Amino acid sequence: MAEADLTAPLLSVAGLQAFYGESHVLHGVNLRIFPGEVVTLLGRNGAGKTTTLKCIMGMVGKRSGSICFAENETIALTSDRIARLGVALCPEERGIFASLSVEENLLLPPKIAPGGLPLDEIFTLFPNLKERLSSQGGKLSGGEQQMLAIGRILRTGARLLLLDEPTEGLAPIIIRQIGVAIGKLKALGFTILLVEQNFRWASALADRFYVMEHGEIVESFASAELAANMDKLHACLGV
Amino acid sequence: MIPLLGITTQALFAQLLLGLINGAFYALLSLGLAVIFGMLNIVNFAHGALYMMGAFFAWFLLHYFEIGYWPALVLAPLGVGLLGMVIERTMLHRLAGLDPIYGLLLTFGIALIVQGLFQNAYGASGMPYPMPDLLKGGQNLGFMYLPNYRAWVVVFSIAVCLATWFAIEKTRLGATLRAATENPELTRAFGVNVPRLITLTYGFGVALAALAGVLAAPIYQVRPLMGADFIIVVFAVVVIGGMGSIMGSILTGFLLGLVEGLTKVFYPQAANVVVFVIMVLVLLVKPAGLFGKQA
Ligand SMILES: Nc1ncnc2c1ncn2[C@@H]1O[C@H](COP(=O)(O)OP(=O)(O)OP(=O)(O)O)[C@@H](O)[C@H]1O
Ligand SMILES: [Mg+2]
Repeated sequence: MAEADLTAPLLSVAGLQAFYGESHVLHGVNLRIFPGEVVTLLGRNGAGKTTTLKCIMGMVGKRSGSICFAENETIALTSDRIARLGVALCPEERGIFASLSVEENLLLPPKIAPGGLPLDEIFTLFPNLKERLSSQGGKLSGGEQQMLAIGRILRTGARLLLLDEPTEGLAPIIIRQIGVAIGKLKALGFTILLVEQNFRWASALADRFYVMEHGEIVESFASAELAANMDKLHACLGV
Repeated sequence: MIPLLGITTQALFAQLLLGLINGAFYALLSLGLAVIFGMLNIVNFAHGALYMMGAFFAWFLLHYFEIGYWPALVLAPLGVGLLGMVIERTMLHRLAGLDPIYGLLLTFGIALIVQGLFQNAYGASGMPYPMPDLLKGGQNLGFMYLPNYRAWVVVFSIAVCLATWFAIEKTRLGATLRAATENPELTRAFGVNVPRLITLTYGFGVALAALAGVLAAPIYQVRPLMGADFIIVVFAVVVIGGMGSIMGSILTGFLLGLVEGLTKVFYPQAANVVVFVIMVLVLLVKPAGLFGKQA
C-alpha cells in the first residue's frame, strides 16, 4: 500500500451512481486501483458488482459520478472509446460468440495498444484453446469458454482487465488453472479488478479487497488483513 | 422436343434461363435484405425503391453525363449505397431498440415517397437502357440461344453473391460483423465502433440492391415502379429462405427463380403465384424458413 500510494491510481471511481430504468442500483461507489494491482470486489448476489464493472466499461446507460481511467474522465464515453483507452471486460456470462469459431473469438477484439500478449503466450496460459481453434464458440465446455473469454482480452494491449466471476460454476482443476493464469498476468504487469464470490481463492491473488453491499462499498482492506476481517466478511457475504 | 409433354427443349431452356435471371435478382436482393435484417433488425421495405434508384442512377449517368454501363456498375451502387448510409444515419438510427415494426413502417414510407417522386418526374412508363456493346449478341448452344448479356447477369450475380458470402463467413471483418449481429453491446465494449459498422452494413445491403438495379436496366426497362412489383416476390423469397442465413438467401433466390421458370413451361397460369404457394407451404411446415434458425 505504501508503495502504491506514491503513484497515481490507474482507475479511480468516485460517487458512481447507476440505474436500470427506474431502479437505482449503485449509490455512490468509490474505489481506486493502482497500476499493477489485483483488487477483488466481493459482495452478495445482487450487491452491484457486475453493474460496477459494466459502468467502468461504459455499458450501463444511466450512470453518473466520476470514473477516471489513466487520467481520462470516462463517465460519459461510449464503451468502444473506453475499450480503446485500455480497459477490457471478461463478462460474467462469458460472452462467447456462438456464430464465431474459437479463433475468430480470440481475434475479435481489435488491438488498441502495443504490449498485448502474443498468441503463443495465451496458448501457454490456456493450452486447451490451441486444440479447439477451429471449433464453433458455442460448442465449448464451460471451462474452455472461460479460458477463451479471458484469453481474448489479453492480446489487445489493454492494461486494466475486469474479470467478472471467472471461476463461477467451474471444476476445481480449472479454477486452479485460471488462478495460475491470473497470477502470471499479474506478474506481467496487468492491473486486474476481479469480482469473485470465492474469497479464499481470491486471497492468494489479490492485493486488496473491496466489499460491496446494496450498491455501495462498505469495507476495504489489504489481503494481509483478510484473517482479521473474516468475521465481518462472513456477516457481509452471508457465507 | 420432349414429345410426351409437347414442350420443345428450346422453350424449356429459354424459360430456365429466364428463371435463372430472375433468380439472380432475387438472390442479390434477398441477400441484401438478410444482411440488413441481421444487423439492424429491420425489414427494409425500401429495398425495391433502392433497386429502382440503382437503375435510374445508371440511366442518369448515361443521359446527363454520357457515362456508360461499366462505370455505372460501380458508381450506382456507390452513390445509392451512400444515400442508404444517409438514410440510416438520419432516420433508421433513431429507431434502434424499438419494435422492428417501426423500421418496417419507416422504410415502407420511404419507398412510397421515393417511388412517388420518381413517378412524378418520369411518368409510369419505362425508359430503355441500352445493352453494353461488349455484351450484345449471343451464343447458339445448339439446344438453345444464349444471349450474352443474360449469361453475364447470371455469372456476375453468382460471383457477387459468393464474394459476399465469403466476406461475411470467412474474413476478419465478417467475423466482426457476425459478432456485432449476435451481441452488439459486447462487441462494442471490445472497442469496435458498432454504430459505424451498422451504417456501413446498411449501405452495403443497399448497394447490392442498386447493383441489381443496374444489372436489370438493359433487360427490363427503367421504371419508377420496377422495384415495387419485384420486391413483393423477393419478400416471399426471404420468408421461404428464412432470415437467418446468408447462403440460404442466395440459394433460395436462385432456386425460386428456377421454379418460377419451370412453372412457366409446364403450367403457365400458375407462374405468378407459385412462389407464394411455396411460401404458404413452407410457413405451414417450417415457419422459420428453409434455412432459418428456429426461434
Ligand atoms: N439489466 C438489468 N435490469 C434491471 N435490473 C438489473 C439488471 N441487471 C442487474 N439488475 C439489478 O441490479 C442489482 C445489482 O445487480 P448486479 O448484477 O450488479 O449484482 P452482482 O453483485 O453482480 O450480483 P451477482 O453476484 O449475482 O452476479 C440487482 O438487484 C439486480 O437485480
Ligand atoms: Mg454479477
